[in-house]
Amino acid sequence: MIRDITIGQYYPAKSILHRLDPRVKLTATVLYLISLFLFKNLSGYLVATVFLIVIIRLSKVPFKFIMRGMRPVIMLLMITLLFNLFLIKEGEVIFSAWIFKITEGGLRNAVLMAVRLIYLITGSSLMTFTTTPNELTDGLESLLKPLGRIHVPVHEIAMMMSIALRFIPILLEETDKIMKAQIARGADLESGNILQKAKSMIPILVPLFVSAFRRANDLAMAMEARCYRGGEGRTKMNPLRYTGRDKAAYAIVILYVAGVVAVGRYVPLHIWIF
Amino acid sequence: MSIRIEHLNYIYSQGTAYEKQALKDICLEIPHGEFVGIIGHTGSGKSTLIQHLNGLIKATDGTICYNGENIYGERFNMKELRNQVGLVFQYPEHQLFEVDVLSDVCFGPKNQGFSREECEKRAREALKLVGLKEKYYQSSPFELSGGQKRRAAIAGVLAMQPKVLILDEPTAGLDPKGRDEILEQIAYLHKETGITVILVSHSMEDIARYADRIIVMNQGQVMYNSTPKEVFAHYKELEEVGLAAPQVTYIMHELAEKGLAVDIGATTVREAADSIMEVLGR
Ligand SMILES: Nc1ncnc2c1ncn2[C@@H]1O[C@H](COP(=O)(O)OP(=O)(O)O)[C@@H](O)[C@H]1O
Ligand SMILES: [Mg+2]
Repeated sequence: MIRDITIGQYYPAKSILHRLDPRVKLTATVLYLISLFLFKNLSGYLVATVFLIVIIRLSKVPFKFIMRGMRPVIMLLMITLLFNLFLIKEGEVIFSAWIFKITEGGLRNAVLMAVRLIYLITGSSLMTFTTTPNELTDGLESLLKPLGRIHVPVHEIAMMMSIALRFIPILLEETDKIMKAQIARGADLESGNILQKAKSMIPILVPLFVSAFRRANDLAMAMEARCYRGGEGRTKMNPLRYTGRDKAAYAIVILYVAGVVAVGRYVPLHIWIF
Repeated sequence: MSIRIEHLNYIYSQGTAYEKQALKDICLEIPHGEFVGIIGHTGSGKSTLIQHLNGLIKATDGTICYNGENIYGERFNMKELRNQVGLVFQYPEHQLFEVDVLSDVCFGPKNQGFSREECEKRAREALKLVGLKEKYYQSSPFELSGGQKRRAAIAGVLAMQPKVLILDEPTAGLDPKGRDEILEQIAYLHKETGITVILVSHSMEDIARYADRIIVMNQGQVMYNSTPKEVFAHYKELEEVGLAAPQVTYIMHELAEKGLAVDIGATTVREAADSIMEVLGR
């Protein structure tokens, strides 16, 4: 179960998306996420869906693996869905029982919001699936460089982000190990009420925190030992360089955003209540 | 009272790019009371194998029987299995969490449902067995030295009084003195209580000294499964898979080549010394 968390992980494969410049992927992801909120019509959703499917196919990350990453956020999705479903009162009532009433507007909003969230998560995980933490840091640092002029510690931020990303799988593995060790000592992690469950987490959380701090300490030492002292004057072994492929990718993304917004706003498409 | 493993296969992350077959068609039988050594190169599947024995990992394929009962059976009591098969993980000190050593060791027996007094009694016995001094019982486990932490953590499993004790590289990262002490205590425990001990290690010396039988793992498969003498006779093959026989094996073979009629099957320094003395007629 704990290993189902795939957010922020890298998935090794040989695809055109894996080879793209990280800056392209970062920019494209941000543009894609924003574009999801710039249209209302069903036609826009259709375009966004087609685009996402094409990208998933191009990435060569198995669909099953992407879906696995959805599991931990299902709760969040459910909550949003229910809130939208019951709290938005717009248009005709299509279902009513006791104090619950579902309206057309509520259903529409709930479904569309859920779809948006799923696309949002899929889109951003696709970026981390296809980009190693190192590339991601380089890309972010290079994109944010202008902020350095107003004294934003760009390099440090990028470094912290990449370390955090790198540590997600390590800590998950650690959690898995500690859980197994405590289960082997008879720990019961499943039964009991919420309070008992929270209490049964202590034997896992304490060692996990201890180990996280130990690892942080070790890493800091190792960085010191190699004379790491921040970004100033630091050069790169493989500096980022745009190629024709990257420029084409930029063009495609911009075309897509323009297209999806135009279609989603000006091409009406109605099916049932949507 | 035995553990029987039949055609066990295990695949990590099946169906992803990280897919990895860690165990291939393992068949083993471990009778009660035996001291078994499992040895193998890093990544050969030792840790994966032993986690199957108390049901922490479910086999992709194959069966495991504990005392003749299939542990994947529907009505099998997994909790009872974990009470009887104690597993000490590699670097067990990473699982310490209580405010003091004694409470931490009590965690296991407490989960087994014993009374407070009984838990404490068992914890004290276990701590004594691993040779941790009484003055440390009330200190925080995080203040202990590496070797002491290791002892406290091993005591945490011993306090559950398992019938089968599995230790995954219990001496990794310890100094030679700490290593010998811990192994001696495990051997003592085995002799006194007659429990089954499964010791995972990659030191041939350690295993040769204590184990009745050695299981050599290589790339997820059982390569050899017999007495130390027979296994070390294959010292050339062991080298090919990145392992080595104990140093005495090499010395005895060289002496034999030079024409001294020593016992090339000697596996411990003691045996080797005796054999050489005998040949020299003293
Ligand atoms: N949690 C895991 N996920 C995926 N692969 C793993 C995991 N644990 C171990 N492996 C792989 O399984 C193989 C056997 O590992 P392991 O049983 O830990 O070997 P050993 O204990 O002999 O060093 C190795 O190739 C290792 O990379
Ligand atoms: Mg191991």
